Parts: sequence; C-alpha cells; structure tokens
Amino acid sequence: MTPPVPTGLSAWTAVSWACRRDLLLALRGKADVALVLVFFVLVTSLFPLGVGPEPELLRTMAPGIVWVCALLASLLSFGRLFSADHADGTLEQMAVSGAPLPALVAGKMLAHALTAGLPLALLMPLLAVQFGLATGALLVAIATLLLGMPILSGLGAIGAALTLGVGGGGALLALLVLPLSIPVLIFGAGAIAAAQDGMPVDAQLSLLGAGLILAAIGCPFAAAAALRIALD
Amino acid sequence: MLRVEQLCCARGPRELFRDLSFSAAAGDAVIVTGPNGSGKTTLLRALAGLTLPVSGAIRWNDSRQGLAAKRAYLGHAAGWKESFSVTENLRFAWQLDAETAANDEGAVSAALERVGMARQRNLSVGRLSQGQKKRLHLARLSRSTRPLWLLDEPGAALDGEGLDILADVVAAHLRQGGIAAIATHQPLAIAAARTHNVALGG
Repeated sequence: MTPPVPTGLSAWTAVSWACRRDLLLALRGKADVALVLVFFVLVTSLFPLGVGPEPELLRTMAPGIVWVCALLASLLSFGRLFSADHADGTLEQMAVSGAPLPALVAGKMLAHALTAGLPLALLMPLLAVQFGLATGALLVAIATLLLGMPILSGLGAIGAALTLGVGGGGALLALLVLPLSIPVLIFGAGAIAAAQDGMPVDAQLSLLGAGLILAAIGCPFAAAAALRIALD
Repeated sequence: MLRVEQLCCARGPRELFRDLSFSAAAGDAVIVTGPNGSGKTTLLRALAGLTLPVSGAIRWNDSRQGLAAKRAYLGHAAGWKESFSVTENLRFAWQLDAETAANDEGAVSAALERVGMARQRNLSVGRLSQGQKKRLHLARLSRSTRPLWLLDEPGAALDGEGLDILADVVAAHLRQGGIAAIATHQPLAIAAARTHNVALGG
C-alpha cells in the first residue's frame, strides 16, 4: 500500500497560514505590540518638551517627527520578526514543509504591517492634536503611514533575515534598514508637509504606492533567500 | 525510494563525513548512530534540505528535486509556540504540511489520545514538560502522510511509555510504505521490514 502523495501548501494558503499564526501570536503577546505604540507616542511627545511648545514650530516639524518616530518604532519590532521562529524551530519546519518560503515570509510581513504599522496610523489623530495638524494634513499623514509602513515591514524582513543568528544583530539590523528606508521617509514626510501648505500630494502618495508594490513583490523573495542561508 | 550517493558534509571548515552512500526502499528504517559531533544531525539536516552537502547527491525516486513536500523533520526544536494551546499547535503544524487532518476535530482528539495527551489538549505548550512536547510531536507524526520521516533523537526526554508510542508510530509509518531515518543514541525497538545501520565517525 502506498500512502497518498502529499503536496506542499499553495502560495495563497501559505500567506494566510503565516499571517493568521503571527496575528494570533501578537494577540497572545499584546505587550510586544503595545511596546511599539507606547514608544511611538512617547518619543513624539518628547519633541514639544524639547524644542518648546510654539505651535508654528511644531507644525513645521510635525511631518518629519512623525515619520522618524514611526521608523524608529518599527525598528523595535523587526528583530522579533524571525528570531523567535528561528529559536523554536518554526523556520526549519517552514523550510522542510515544501510550502513556498517567500509566500510564508509574505504572510509574516503582512502580519507585521497589521500589528506594527496599522496601529501607528490609527494613533495619528492623537498626534495631530499634539502637533496642531489640520484635518487635511491628518488624513494625508494616515495615508502615508498606511502606504509606507508595509514597505518598512518588507525592508525590515530582509534586514531581520540577514542578521538572524548574528551577535548584536539588533544594531546591525538598524544600520542595514535605516538607509534603505530613507525614500519612504522623504516621500512620507514630504506628502504631509505639502498637505499642510495646501499643495497637491498625489505625486508623493503615488511614489509610496509604487514603492509598496515593489516591496510586496521583491522583499519576500529576498528575505526568503536570506533565511535559507541563515538556516544552513 | 531514498538513495544517498557519496555524500560529504562539513560544518564550517571541519569535514564530518565523506563518501557516505546508502539507500532505503519503502518500509525501511535507517538508524544513524555515532558519537557526539560525528554529524548525525548534519546528515538529517542535509536529507531535510536545510544544509547543503559539500558534494554528493540525495535522490528520491531517482530525482534530485523529488523530495520537496515529501519530508517530515523532527529536530531538537520542534516549532511549538509556547503561547498556543496543544490543539492550536497541532493544527498549525498539520496545516503547514497540508495535511487534511488539520480540519478534522476527530483527528486532533484521536492523535492526542494516542500519545496519552488528551487531558492536556487545552493547555498552552509553555506549560508542558520536555517529554510531553516530544509526545506532541509524535501526535503530529501519527497523522503525517509524508513518506520520508527524519527524526533527530526522537527518544530523548521520552519515558518508557513514550518510547513504546514512538516505536508504534514509526512502525505504522513503515508498514504503510514510508521510510524513516532516525538518529539516536539509545537503542530503539522499531519493527521494520529492513533496517540499515549508518554508523558515523568511525
């Protein structure tokens, strides 16, 4: 008697498997998600205290502050992306399963964007009060975070996969990812600043959208290749 | 049919073994033995596709690519999430391997019953002992339809009853035409059509 011939998961099932699993994990370990949010709010709140509460000054600086803080907050969570799965053997099981590894990585990126990026966008109204952002600029800020944070999740996944198992990986990860995320910072902050001045923001948002598409296609493959090396 | 030809594996600059050849047909068990550091884990990881051999070939039915989605691997860490319950972990593991048992409530109960863990089904894995985690892996394997099992020290941390379950689960796999490669220090009483002994580090 021969057993039925097993086949690996299809790409879409693999994406949904990895995403559901990571979302459930985030739900069980709420502290990790909360940490990123608290960090984001705390660091943005330091600026009014540090540079003084002049409304005009804060309004000018708001776009840059929002995006730099979002960048730093997301850096906090990249390390977790693969390290736990590496330590407990999940990555080995993923690699052996025959499911497409880039699809599994894409699922993890999606879950990361939903747990580390989306909450920041939802927190924006709070920051808008703090920095005196008008409704139009606030909406643009939310849009840039929704488009830009998934790009950071993708870049972070590559960095996290490359630094997996490297001593002092956290600092190295920051050095790898920060330069790559400069375009996101420029277009994200640029769009908010343009909205404050009543200028059109289509160009910046389009570029962020294009970046998102590129990241969604390219990053899973790059990160999966790096993971294969880390497992060897 | 698994065929290993002239396999040479290294860990960093150190060569672990060379010119290792063996083959196993449906129903065969391959028992890998050898002292610590002789390359048992590396051999299993090479068979699992996790480590690239320096030279040599691993073929499944005469194809080098034939092994994708054919293997189930049990390493030192089994991929359990401590914050998930026993049932959730088992389900996720089966889903990853595209096992139909994942959506079958009865299969989950039966598999846990078989390894004596029915009472722990809603416990989070973080509360299990090492031996119980190993038993959970046996539960996973008990419904695996993958033909090639790669088990690295499957008996470690298992008690006498656990070892009996292990032998039972592997024997059932072999009876159904599967192949099992097992790296072990302790003698395991596994009923196989044929047993190939691969001794490393000689």
